Amino acid sequence: MKDQFVVPARLKKTSFVLMGVGLLTLLIGLIAFQGENATRFWAGLLQNSSFFLLITLASTFFIAATTLAHGGWQIAFRRVPEAISMAVPALCAILFIIVMILVFGGKEHIYHWVNAHHVAEDKILTWKSAFLNKGFFTTATILTMGLWIFFTLKLRNMSIEEDGWDLKPETGRKLIWRNTVWCGGFLVVYTLSVGSTTPWLWLMSIDAHWFSTMYSWYTFASSWVSGLSLIALFVVYLKKHGYLTYVNEEHLHDLGKFIFAFSIFWTYLWFSQYMLIWYANMPEETEYFQPRVWGEWRPIFFLNLLINFITPLLFLMKRDTKRNYTSVAFIAVVVIAGHWLDFWQMVGPGTYKHLVFPWYELGLGAGFVGLIIFLVANALTKAPLVPKNHPYLKESIVHHT
Amino acid sequence: MAVKNFVVGLFDDEAVLFPAVKKVRTAGYKLHDVYTPFPVHGLDHAMGLRETSLHTAGFIYGITGTTTALSFMSWVFNVDWPLNIGGKPHFPLPAFIPITFELTVLFAAVGMVMTFCYLCQLMPGVKKHIFHPRQTDDKFVMVIELTEKANAEEVKRFLNEAGAHDVNEQRAEAGWWYGRFDKADEDIYARPANA
Repeated sequence: MKDQFVVPARLKKTSFVLMGVGLLTLLIGLIAFQGENATRFWAGLLQNSSFFLLITLASTFFIAATTLAHGGWQIAFRRVPEAISMAVPALCAILFIIVMILVFGGKEHIYHWVNAHHVAEDKILTWKSAFLNKGFFTTATILTMGLWIFFTLKLRNMSIEEDGWDLKPETGRKLIWRNTVWCGGFLVVYTLSVGSTTPWLWLMSIDAHWFSTMYSWYTFASSWVSGLSLIALFVVYLKKHGYLTYVNEEHLHDLGKFIFAFSIFWTYLWFSQYMLIWYANMPEETEYFQPRVWGEWRPIFFLNLLINFITPLLFLMKRDTKRNYTSVAFIAVVVIAGHWLDFWQMVGPGTYKHLVFPWYELGLGAGFVGLIIFLVANALTKAPLVPKNHPYLKESIVHHT
Repeated sequence: MAVKNFVVGLFDDEAVLFPAVKKVRTAGYKLHDVYTPFPVHGLDHAMGLRETSLHTAGFIYGITGTTTALSFMSWVFNVDWPLNIGGKPHFPLPAFIPITFELTVLFAAVGMVMTFCYLCQLMPGVKKHIFHPRQTDDKFVMVIELTEKANAEEVKRFLNEAGAHDVNEQRAEAGWWYGRFDKADEDIYARPANA
């Protein structure tokens, strides 16, 4: 049984090439987007870093949610989401630097509420200034990122520490209890941040006049379904390379069901946000959808629905596609690309306005993918791939859907 | 449907039942059904039953619901009785989506429940032969159909060896028929077998 992951040279090379592409794109962007065009430089960075941070953070959420639900099926591959979540601190640091430059560097084409003049002359922004101000933005960002990193590291360290424990029933009870407590704590933080204020601050405040209470849940759904796809991709990769002996089609089937279900959940939130605004038809609310539905971004708007709803719905409907490694890997890539596109159309129309071929954004995305592969592969080597003392491990091995 | 001859055996434990099911299949006897007190994982595979097509039926019912809802609403608001409601277009797709969704779910759910009942031959007002009063209570009951090739005594001996008890031979209607469990029927067993 191969229980200790060794990074294959090819994977390492791929991650370095992708990171190289990302860095090169960043340099080209720095030269190409000067002056007024600098908006696109920063918007691309904001879009990519927030997207990739949130999809890796979804792994911590996966661990917390399944632990709290007393799920046993995921234990056989629990080290995979754990390893993915180890990319959170680095990605937090990148995003933190970017938003701090945006806020304190006076990048008012991204966040125009950072300009004190605008706010003073603008009644709506004056009203919102108790929430949308530099101090609150910074405090909330530091607090949420700090707590995410703290809980992510805590859950990972506990899991590794438990490898040195024994299999006695009272040890098992202690293990479950302390995991439940810490996961519960993380879920409270996660709900109040990703499920509430964080996407409002980082992304919704691009369109500072506009508001939608569905926005954070919509962002959460987007990042959660792509996060699940990311877990599935790594599971398939490890399985194909002969690791994860205890994982079989049954586990993959459940991951596939999750991707299927949360694609529909995303559509439900997408529709709830769209229909309320369409129905009420108030100018201050419809301004968000004007460039997206009736402007240049129209093809992207409908492509978004096609990739993120129709494709997973029809593709994953059959049992066989959810139990096949190749087809799950394929749909996982489609879903991640689709939600990357979703984040692109969330950020683009409010910042650089015009629809252009996203070579710069895609290049940066490749860089982030390389970074995630590098960090996760590294984290996977740090611990055995099976948490051998977890009381639910047997339940996971005999798992049957 | 037809009246057939069966050999019935009772099992106390699924651990005994599973190997017995496999032995029956390798011996080539015709397994009529196995009645269990609870769903037994993997028993369908052991019995060699094919995958159900209930989900395909569900998909067809679902798209029927979608089509019904969309076509009926568009007909009503565009052809039959066009009304100006809040300045919205006559084909307001977003406003149709919730109803379309609900009708899709309704058609799929009701259709699948009824198909399931039909496939399992369960319906109010119909009756099936009960091979043993405890067959879904606390006993696992295996029913083997007697064909021309299978001798009753041989099958009984076979079941006893496989761990069954209270092995007996029954002559019964294999399918369902109109009737009530609290009322006696006319004597359907008087008809000749395989009539």
